[in-house]
Amino acid sequence: MRKFAKGNEAVTIGAIYAGCDAYFGYPITPASEIAHTAAEYFPPLGKEFLQAECETAAINMMYGAASAGKLSMTASSGPGISLMQEGMSYLAGAQLPAVVVDVMRTGPGLGNIGPEQGDYNMAVKGGGHGNYRSIVLAPNSVQEMCDLTVRCFELALRYRNPALLLADAVLGQMMESLTIPQGVMEREDPSDWCVRGDPDTRENLICSIYLEPDLQERHNWMLQDKYESMQKEAMSESYRCEDAELLLTAYGSCARICRSAVDALRDEGLRAGLFRPISLYPFPREELNRAAAGKEVLVVELSNGQYRDDVRLHLDACDKRLELANRMGGNMISVDEVLGRARAMLEGSS
Amino acid sequence: MIVRSQGFYPEFERKAGRKRTTHYCAGCGHGIIQKLIAEAMADLGIQDDTVFVSPVGCAAFCYYYLDCGNVAGPHGRAAAVASGLVRVIPDKIVVAYQGDGDLGAIGFNNAFQAANRGDGFAHFFVNNALYGMTGGQMAPTTLAGQKTTTSPYGRDVVSTGEPLKVCEVFDQLERPVYIERVSVADSKRIMKARKAIRKALEIQKEGKGYAFVEILSPCPTNMKADAMGAAAFVSEEMERAFPLRLFRDRSGEEPPRPIEVEARSIDDIVSADYEGDAIDDLPDVRERRYKFSGFGGQGILSLGLVIADAASEMGRHVSWFPSYGPEQRGGSASCSVVVSGREIGSPAIDHPDVLVAMNQPSLERFLPTVPPGGVAIYEESVPLEATAPEGVTVHPFPASRIAAENGAPKAANTALLGCLVELGLLDMPGEELRRALVRSFAAKPKLVEGNLAVFEAARGHARRELL
Ligand SMILES: Cc1ncc(C[n+]2csc(CCOP(=O)(O)OP(=O)(O)O)c2C)c(N)n1
Repeated sequence: MRKFAKGNEAVTIGAIYAGCDAYFGYPITPASEIAHTAAEYFPPLGKEFLQAECETAAINMMYGAASAGKLSMTASSGPGISLMQEGMSYLAGAQLPAVVVDVMRTGPGLGNIGPEQGDYNMAVKGGGHGNYRSIVLAPNSVQEMCDLTVRCFELALRYRNPALLLADAVLGQMMESLTIPQGVMEREDPSDWCVRGDPDTRENLICSIYLEPDLQERHNWMLQDKYESMQKEAMSESYRCEDAELLLTAYGSCARICRSAVDALRDEGLRAGLFRPISLYPFPREELNRAAAGKEVLVVELSNGQYRDDVRLHLDACDKRLELANRMGGNMISVDEVLGRARAMLEGSS
Repeated sequence: MIVRSQGFYPEFERKAGRKRTTHYCAGCGHGIIQKLIAEAMADLGIQDDTVFVSPVGCAAFCYYYLDCGNVAGPHGRAAAVASGLVRVIPDKIVVAYQGDGDLGAIGFNNAFQAANRGDGFAHFFVNNALYGMTGGQMAPTTLAGQKTTTSPYGRDVVSTGEPLKVCEVFDQLERPVYIERVSVADSKRIMKARKAIRKALEIQKEGKGYAFVEILSPCPTNMKADAMGAAAFVSEEMERAFPLRLFRDRSGEEPPRPIEVEARSIDDIVSADYEGDAIDDLPDVRERRYKFSGFGGQGILSLGLVIADAASEMGRHVSWFPSYGPEQRGGSASCSVVVSGREIGSPAIDHPDVLVAMNQPSLERFLPTVPPGGVAIYEESVPLEATAPEGVTVHPFPASRIAAENGAPKAANTALLGCLVELGLLDMPGEELRRALVRSFAAKPKLVEGNLAVFEAARGHARRELL
């Protein structure tokens, strides 16, 4: 069955099929439709919806819900996500599952409500304190707004870790056809770790405090091993890469623009391809290296090179030219701009 | 301090060092308060059902001692964590415990809002007039003139305000069921504190709502006194600012009734628009990019939606993207629609194959972006001042007039839909669009008839005048 849906609504639909138990959030454009639809859809399904007094409250309410072994979510944008960083760190430290949706807008500060990808570092590097990571998935369509929300819940639960859906204003506001998921996600019994006020879980403890340095260090190593083990969950898409001379790489709505650019370049007989990471943490490192082998690289993003830095970091060899095409401030990069940069690189190299 | 008590673990295994003593300093009130909570839990038989939320402060380690489910979160957020817990385990007993820095300063709004919502948990607030854990700094509850490590000249009420009276503030709210201030400075006062703590937990057992107990508590270490001296400070100095009393007990009253929301199934809520699953590629369908533009309120976004819906129903790839943020200036609105036989790249459009413009600013802005071979249709009454690029066909269309003549003056957008159909620019049978148009008025059935009249009249006009 299909539905013609807005990206933000697709997130709520995904959450429903993931079996999310509760939504806690604070309004902010361009994420608010997620709250609106959750407020409408959750109560008749016996799920909780609460508009929190601020994002700090929301993330800590999620901490409470997750402590009881329940699945909860919130959705926000830059300023609100910034406020949640302490909570993300505590969720990671206490190993609790929770899903945070960031429909990115511009910054720094209040910025405006147009699309940007400036929250990349905050999301991918663990924007809060301490040695932790969030799972980060980056949709590029309404379908993925739904499907990757489900996947966020699945991974959050599997690894008992916060997972972030890193979307942007374009994806939140656009509408496309959505194939509705079939059946609600199954989940394992959390009795061995959660605290839900019953005899089975009375002995359990949710906390992130280890006063002894050796114990804190052991906890840290255990977390690092866990993050390492997530590598197998890396997701990506390579489009027309096989014989390409130039590799475009982008995530989220930028990857849509690059896809159009690749098609246009191919129509001109120019050999370009697109590599799109779908998971930003874990990063699809091997896949990137395979796609980029022997090619020049044009990184396209709506931020100041935050994603470009990671591409550099993950490329084993970076002996070919690597350039950045970017816009900021709520301006989308146009297909024309990408084409111009790509043509210049292709001409320069021949 | 050695404490053996019902409701405590027999040995404090989670604690480093000695397993039978608490980590509290001699004369500290926290140990006494936790003992009272533990005994009450044991007496009420609720240890299996209780989730206890520890603060960050000297009492961060309540979970060393209290034999029940334990959760410890960030500094100041115990109330928010409890608010989350009570919503997912509403039939269980949730307890939050906070110091006066934790609750009175960093976490005040979370506590206040939880109290205002009447979230069903027992809330214990330990007021020792300072920050214990971090080295005796000033708290919101520090007394006027009181010296602390961050008020070395005494708390100056001129620049730092008066001691914060949390019970008095919370007593302004409707939803708390129980509010009392007690003290653990001596055994007589401890007996009263014992009763208040019990009452707050009983209210939880009976599921009656939010219960708040403020407990004045000595901190000999940071009050720079021995146990007796600290207790005397609490009873003599603190009680003057924070009088002990029962502020309210509404546990005998009926709680307000929630609004009933009727249960529905997922299929009902996530109602499908179309049969069938994922969209296949359709090599015969050429990709077309449409830009619809005009003033907000002219129905530009809905015009795009009707076309997107019809194409989606027919199993084509479609994206609809509204003008947004900085693009939306001067009251103009626009949307981009891409219809394709294959997966769509950019949902934003630089060069529309078909431009529909309902006002002058949009016509001037977007006409130059139409590529050769493209078509621009605009509302006839809009003066065309820009020149069209080479190879672009331009049609003025009397959309407003046709709409008005057919009794639906607001339906100029529907007239343009008829025009697009007739010019063959939608690559879809008119019947599909007619159906999509009817669907778009599902919530306003009264408007269907008028819009259909406009749609057909516009088709007729386009056939006669433009073809
Ligand atoms: C975000 C944050 N800021 C500051 C701290 C440091 N901190 C820990 S406990 C505390 C104050 C505790 O005082 P209070 O709540 O009065 O409890 P007490 O120790 O007196 O029982 C502070 C400021 C922290 N842990 N987290």
